[in-house]
Amino acid sequence: MTRRRSDNSWHLVLLPAATLTVFFVIPFTIMLAVSFFQRIEGGFFEPAFVLSNYVRFLTPFFGKILATSVGLSATAATIVVAVAFPFAYVLSRMPRRRQTTILVFILSVLSLSEVIVGFAWSTLLSRTAGIGNLFHWVGIAESPRAYTPGLASLLLGLAYLAFPYAVLVIYPAVSRLDPELPEAARTSGASPLRAFTSVTLPIMRRTIAGALILVFVFTLGAYLLPQVLGRPRHWTLPVHITDQAIFQSNIPFAAAMAMFLLLVSLALVGLVLVVDSRRRGDQS
Amino acid sequence: MIVWLQRGFVGAVLVFLASPLLVVVGVSVNRPKRLLFPPEGFSLQWYGEIFTHDGWTNALLNSAAIAVVAGTLAVAIALPLALYIRQRGGFLGRALFALGIAPFMLPPVVSALGFMVFWIAAGFHGHILATMVSHAVFLVALPLVTISLGLETIDRTLVEAARTMGADSRTVFRTITFPLVRPYVISGFAFAIVLSLNEYIIAYMVAGFTAETLPIKIFNSLRYGYTPVMASVAVLFVMTAVAVFGAVAWFGNLPRLLGAYRSEGR
Repeated sequence: MTRRRSDNSWHLVLLPAATLTVFFVIPFTIMLAVSFFQRIEGGFFEPAFVLSNYVRFLTPFFGKILATSVGLSATAATIVVAVAFPFAYVLSRMPRRRQTTILVFILSVLSLSEVIVGFAWSTLLSRTAGIGNLFHWVGIAESPRAYTPGLASLLLGLAYLAFPYAVLVIYPAVSRLDPELPEAARTSGASPLRAFTSVTLPIMRRTIAGALILVFVFTLGAYLLPQVLGRPRHWTLPVHITDQAIFQSNIPFAAAMAMFLLLVSLALVGLVLVVDSRRRGDQS
Repeated sequence: MIVWLQRGFVGAVLVFLASPLLVVVGVSVNRPKRLLFPPEGFSLQWYGEIFTHDGWTNALLNSAAIAVVAGTLAVAIALPLALYIRQRGGFLGRALFALGIAPFMLPPVVSALGFMVFWIAAGFHGHILATMVSHAVFLVALPLVTISLGLETIDRTLVEAARTMGADSRTVFRTITFPLVRPYVISGFAFAIVLSLNEYIIAYMVAGFTAETLPIKIFNSLRYGYTPVMASVAVLFVMTAVAVFGAVAWFGNLPRLLGAYRSEGR
């Protein structure tokens, strides 16, 4: 196939590329620079080259934030992928019409603002409007009580937030899976569950690992649910980044933490992409 | 039996996904100004207040303006970019594609802080234009991905045929490429609009105190005094999302758009 040089392809792309550079690459460069700046009490910051913002990573304060973030995200990611994988698998084998309906719903939930998810769950778990009422009515609980804020409600909220994302990450891989493989296992006498665990799951090993990492990164970015559904000790890295930038007016420290979050996320996503492209290479 | 197990499992998950939304619907039709479920009485006054109460109307107008401008800008950036990447490919194409989707893939807080320091430096911090441009850059990824998918479906021989018959690249674009890719442009635009309406952290850090959007307003009410209007706005958001994605699914092939290749009605 011949590729013709089209006459106007360069000026076609110049403006979009310039826009992205000015409004995305430059902001990141500024943020990187600011992370080395000196904070001024009561003001913004002044140009300097200090490492003090990064040295604060070694304090117990930051260590606790990091442990909280990683612990919460890892737990949520594990729960979510454990449910989302079989869900996406069953979904991809449904008639197309029903698949589409469910996907519309999944996309709608995915697009919901963290604010709305947080508000919805805090209402569902509240004393006046929540499942506490239902438990009381059924007779499980003596009186309606609130189940939020707390660790369990925060995990529930994070799982809710990440579930549609996990389904959409896993869905393409499971819907391209050759249906004849598990069927072959079935005709050889394996039970459906056994076919699933001994044939489907091993083939999908890398997809699952990739989904775990991507969902982990996704929940690592949650910035609002810890404030709405958790207690201050459950505040994660993004909550502290916003808090430092806006309420403590310490933008340099916020920038340093953001750079850290950025590098961790990039490294993990990069890992998934590399493994993914290697797998594609294997198959072709 | 196994089919029933599967259906039960999927049904249970869907109930889990729907239950907080159902409670919010219930709360939104309360008569008293309290968040109660099951609702006491039935009233649609909290939906009316979105359009009559100054604070909420203002937030609604801000959100709508930001979403439309940002969605349009995002498509304007993504369409030529996608065309170029499809035509030329190569390293530069891949790099530009990565640049286009990066703002969306990063943790939102990171992008938000980047935009914040940029607008402080540029002197536009707190201005609604800053939110519009930031959202546009943040959301370029969506039309970029959908349009690229659309361009992949166009048979190259069709373009070649038009060329050999003497069409220049402008004519090819106008008569072949654009009509074929239009549904993908529209779905990218729709995705961008919905996501912009729901976006909180960038809008908050770039101009949260001056250009209040609906998510910011809801969060502020969450902190400083509950009102059932929050619930009615949330319901409005869910309905908008369902309507938009429903329309995208109606006019296009949603499973394919989401990456399923083998989904032809089994």
